Amino acid sequence: MKLHEHQSKELFARYGIPTPKGKVAYDAETAREIAKQIGLPVVVKAQVLVGGRGKAGGVKVAKTADQVEEYASAILGMSIKGLPVRKVLIDPAVSAQAEIYLGIVVDRTQDAPVMMASAAGGVEIEEVARVTPEKIKRQTIDPLLGLQAYQARELGFGIGLDKKLVAEFVKIALGLYRVFVDTDASLVEINPLFITTDNTLIAADGKLVLDDSALDRHHDLEALRDADEENQAEREARTAGLSFVKLDGNIGCMVNGAGLAMATMDVIKFYGGEPANFLDIGGGAKADKVAAALRIILADQNVQAVLFNIFGGITRGDEVARGIVEALGQVKTNVPMVARIVGTNAEEGRRILADAHMQTAASLEEGAKLAVEIVKGKN
Amino acid sequence: MSILVDQNTRLLVQGITGREGMFHTKSSIEYGTNVVAGVTPGRGGETVLDVPIFNTVSEAVRATAANVSVIYVPAGGAADAMLEASAAGIPLVVCITERVPVQDMMRVKSEFNKRGTKLIGPNCPGLISPDQAKVGIIPGNICKAGPVGLVSRSGTLTYEVVDALTRQGNGQSTCVGIGGDPVRGLNFVEILEMFQNDPDTRAIIAIGEIGGTDEEKAALYIKEHVTKPVVAFIAGQTAPPGKRMGHAGAIIEGGTGTAEEKIKAFQAVGVPVARYPVECAELIAKVL
Repeated sequence: MKLHEHQSKELFARYGIPTPKGKVAYDAETAREIAKQIGLPVVVKAQVLVGGRGKAGGVKVAKTADQVEEYASAILGMSIKGLPVRKVLIDPAVSAQAEIYLGIVVDRTQDAPVMMASAAGGVEIEEVARVTPEKIKRQTIDPLLGLQAYQARELGFGIGLDKKLVAEFVKIALGLYRVFVDTDASLVEINPLFITTDNTLIAADGKLVLDDSALDRHHDLEALRDADEENQAEREARTAGLSFVKLDGNIGCMVNGAGLAMATMDVIKFYGGEPANFLDIGGGAKADKVAAALRIILADQNVQAVLFNIFGGITRGDEVARGIVEALGQVKTNVPMVARIVGTNAEEGRRILADAHMQTAASLEEGAKLAVEIVKGKN
Repeated sequence: MSILVDQNTRLLVQGITGREGMFHTKSSIEYGTNVVAGVTPGRGGETVLDVPIFNTVSEAVRATAANVSVIYVPAGGAADAMLEASAAGIPLVVCITERVPVQDMMRVKSEFNKRGTKLIGPNCPGLISPDQAKVGIIPGNICKAGPVGLVSRSGTLTYEVVDALTRQGNGQSTCVGIGGDPVRGLNFVEILEMFQNDPDTRAIIAIGEIGGTDEEKAALYIKEHVTKPVVAFIAGQTAPPGKRMGHAGAIIEGGTGTAEEKIKAFQAVGVPVARYPVECAELIAKVL
């Protein structure tokens, strides 16, 4: 789950990281009022959970109150990369002499957090890493010890920071690490961290990505979730305890297990079809869960066939089949279904499904071929 | 023979009285696994499925000499359970629990490395050495003892391949599900090394998926150190970038972690890559 810039910066401020004292507006008039309060000039910034806001015209410096209203109104009417802008942050404009980058990510190759700093701030760090990797300095953090001040100093001096600024930089780095730990973040980033013209540091932007697996212990942060971050189907899936990702094809998939779900998509493609989604229903196949999954799959108008691939294992095949039949009773549809069930009592399961006018397959390959033929026959 | 678990395994179950813990413990016992103890704080002194329950892992270890622990406790308590098992001196810990916070896992992994405790998982189906011991949730009925070692980041996809192997008549030495999280215990390389050193393993299947670069590391390791034939499969060729595909670790980030890169890495070191899961079994039949 991602936090907005203004939410991230509010958190940073609580950890002693200097941030501009800005406020959020949901309409142009309020934006104007805020600008008057905090003093012109200001920066009007779209609050939307995608990168590249500046390039899309979602960040503008306003020198007058009229400009604030004009820009806020324009930005609030925009969509950036498909996401509607519903609020703007009005920050006091800060004049910078340089922009640096400071961030912490989970490095899965080292099983540890890594703090990265670069004098080339203000652009995407992936871009810096690709073009001028030598400009990024890194410190691997021992997860048991936490970030040490000397590591932050090495980064500060390493990116050529003025020695007068290093103590302040270390304080910010240590604060940022505490944010990372306390929020169970998987990524935290200040980009850019401004070096102002009067030679101080201030976090001009903020990004925080939280670990979805840790949200159970951060209900205060989960309450900040922006409904626009996920589409309706993804939201429904999450509340139903399903993993779902929409794709562009026309064969819906319902599978137990993430690896098998990916493999099912791949096999559909291998036989010349296009999967419409990734969906993992998890263990077992209880009717209400199957029904919820089916509703999500069928809400996609592109779906012309659905392939069930359930490897029962310990779950009994006949129980899975009854769950599917019961779910089909709850969700009325004419979309043809192909089911492949393996596990104890799988034959009984296939009989139950055949009685319910579903096509059955003995293997994933056969099931995928059948689904592809159905869709090709229609077009 | 086999790797990691065998007839000498003395299994302890953390979270034995929970619904999942109880269900899978019963199935492990029925399979013939020697389950010597269960731990549920506050339930010490009771017996469940004829297994004695203890309040703490250290107490259970002293009383039963348990040497492997399997964890079914909920995500919020999983890191604590893993650390408790390691502190009690258990050399191999298997964590089935999914959705363990990644920062918990970084701390656990760091501590386990210091202590030299081996970890499988989390977010994994566990492991099975057919006819010897079943630790976790891999269905015993699809397995058969034999010469193929299998290591995988997935659960049901592993079952799919194991089932195909067994139906074809090729049994398994050990099947290890290493889990779908980005920070996890033993990885492809460590398991490949064990299979290479296990005299009864004659061929190896490695099942990977998108996300990270562990398969690439495995490919390099195979080139340098593995003389036994290896066959691979990579799930997620049709997965879009930037989206987490169910498993916390299954995500293409910043252009790395694609199926294509991993397939190329294996092919470059002469490891045939199956085009669909059960083709692993067909390819194995050719090399055995």
